[in-house]
Amino acid sequence: MTSLIPLVVLIPLLSAALALALPGRRRAQQLITVFALTSVVALSGSFMWFVDQHGTQVMQVGGWAAPFGISLVVDRLSALMLTVSAVVLLGVLLFSLGQGLADGDEETPVSIYYPTYLVLGAGVCNAFIAGDLFNLYVGFEILLVASYVLITLGGTGARIRAGVTYVVVSLVSSVLFLAAIGLVYAATGTVSIAQLTLRIAELPGNMQLLLNLALLIAFGIKAAIFPLAFWLPDSYPTAPAPVTAVFAGLLTKVGVYAIIRSQTQIFPDSNVDPLLMVIAVLTLVVGILGAVSQLDIKRMLSFTLISHIGYLIFGISLASVAGFAATIYYIAHHIVVQTTLFLAVGLVERHGGTTSLISLGGMLRAAPVVAVLFFIPMLNLGGIPPFSGFIGKLGLFTSAVELGSAGAYWLVGVGALVSLLTLYALARAWSLAFWRPRESLLEAEGTPAIAPSREAAILHGRETAMLQQLHDAPDAEPVQEQKETPKLMVAATTGMVAVSLLLTIFAGPLYAYSVRAGEYLADSGRFVERVLDEPSPLGGGSGVTQIPGFDPQGESEEGTS
Amino acid sequence: MTMPLILVLVMVVLFAAGVYLLLDRSLTRVLLGFLLVGNATNLLIFLTSGTFGAAPIYGVDPADMSDPLPQAFILTSIVITFGISAFILGLIYRNWHLARQDEDEVRDDAHDQELAEAESLTTEEVTDEELSQTKEFASSSDPEPASQQSDESTRDEHGASSNGAAS
Repeated sequence: MTSLIPLVVLIPLLSAALALALPGRRRAQQLITVFALTSVVALSGSFMWFVDQHGTQVMQVGGWAAPFGISLVVDRLSALMLTVSAVVLLGVLLFSLGQGLADGDEETPVSIYYPTYLVLGAGVCNAFIAGDLFNLYVGFEILLVASYVLITLGGTGARIRAGVTYVVVSLVSSVLFLAAIGLVYAATGTVSIAQLTLRIAELPGNMQLLLNLALLIAFGIKAAIFPLAFWLPDSYPTAPAPVTAVFAGLLTKVGVYAIIRSQTQIFPDSNVDPLLMVIAVLTLVVGILGAVSQLDIKRMLSFTLISHIGYLIFGISLASVAGFAATIYYIAHHIVVQTTLFLAVGLVERHGGTTSLISLGGMLRAAPVVAVLFFIPMLNLGGIPPFSGFIGKLGLFTSAVELGSAGAYWLVGVGALVSLLTLYALARAWSLAFWRPRESLLEAEGTPAIAPSREAAILHGRETAMLQQLHDAPDAEPVQEQKETPKLMVAATTGMVAVSLLLTIFAGPLYAYSVRAGEYLADSGRFVERVLDEPSPLGGGSGVTQIPGFDPQGESEEGTS
Repeated sequence: MTMPLILVLVMVVLFAAGVYLLLDRSLTRVLLGFLLVGNATNLLIFLTSGTFGAAPIYGVDPADMSDPLPQAFILTSIVITFGISAFILGLIYRNWHLARQDEDEVRDDAHDQELAEAESLTTEEVTDEELSQTKEFASSSDPEPASQQSDESTRDEHGASSNGAAS
């Protein structure tokens, strides 16, 4: 099983190369992409099962032992993230296949779309299995460069403008990350996460704090936490619907994953938890207030995305096993649900021709399937009881109450408020886009042909008031041509809704898995032991690669144990 | 481990100049800034290796070797910087191509401008309204005042017919 670990990166990368070698043959490219992502889903699913049974799997690349070589580590958290990401990548791919089949490639250069998409997948997987900081950086760079291409796909004016913001901000965060790695290496002489656990603890407290904050800022830009999230609602909504969906689901979560790793394994005794609590509250509140005041559904969803990153930081800031477990479950839930919502909005855009709440209306009659596909993830994100969003939030709130500090109670209060506001923002979008009659659009200016009943008049007044509140919000792009919706797009979205329901149905086993993953993260010693001492089944890499007396720093007191 | 002061100074200057250029509006300057900052970071990593002048892996005695790991990092990051620079150059060309001007500046965000103009409109409207209505405007982000306000507007539009139901 261990030797299969690199395949989750290699299969997408090699398939990308193969697909790139077949320009213009769309059918072949599509087949290759579907095949590659399906095998990644199968692989990561089996990792999840295997790791849960047999413990963390470590692959020492090239047979070089851990502190010197590159180690690829799959523990429960990595395996879960891999599986959920692979499922999301596959679901979104099917959606974009449907869209591409209907539109043809006049609008976007499809011959680079599939290879780039696969490279993005490879980068995400590489970040999740990285056992050292530098490999994590490389994973980030792979997925970022792919995302630069995807966000400026087609090179229209709006996308280039939004893309420039995104590219420059991401570049700055990458440079910060690289500089932080340099500082970590200067301080400890290693970048292996397992060895850092041991060596960071020996550093003076101020130095630990400095390194921790440097990494936190670099990851925070990618994760879109409050003061560093300004770029997200600006750049995401302009990309094509499937691209926005996969970005929203995966890219920010890779940042959150890196924050979890650094807070649990590199800085287990960190004292930034109160700071994280403040950040969590601010991210939750500022994000959702942004969402409430949006007129464009895509922008609104981008703001709810920021807001819900706050829940993940909330769980990390509690620094308890229960908090980590709840965060892990919540990440899985949020990746799936946020992606599904963006896909549903993609369907709305196709049916209604726009994502502006002013111009949409009467979608419930016109497209009842889309209405249901938007409604279920909406309730799920808002945290309505039977769904996984409720279970995740319940887990977060319970672990906060267990902690019992004043800050934790504040978090619970703000978390509940934000959950309500999420529901408010989404339900308003739903009632304006789906529920209100289409005719009200026409009547809005002239006098109604038939005298409206009292109820209709009241409803109409409420609609007007709702829209009035938003009258100075930035509107979506002008109405586009309405197109027929291919069945594959609907099927892919339905599939994603089904996956989100599976997260609810199998919440028991999955939450138990998350708790085991959380326990494992909280006990960083087990990770260290596994990575540094476990002899690799491949034969090499059992610690024999050290030269006696060789020390990279010329400091002999730490050695290479 | 001694750190050559001149390299540290060069790194500081590169960082300062690079950050200054990154903040510019012209995309070509942003690219130059990114290159400077990238090289400054490479220098930073190089400075962490601690020993200078020797080959990374050559000879028998480890004391004669330089630390190979930072050099490997730098090589990787140079390659990444190279790729990204090529992409940004493409982006700059496309941006220039679209704008068809002699400049390569980041264009204004239409949404931002809209918002800036709309804000002045809002303040005008609020001052035009009766003072009695400002109370409801103050808490307009809650769902409940929203319905109150909608009742208000219903009454305005449809007169006495909906008056009884709205109360």
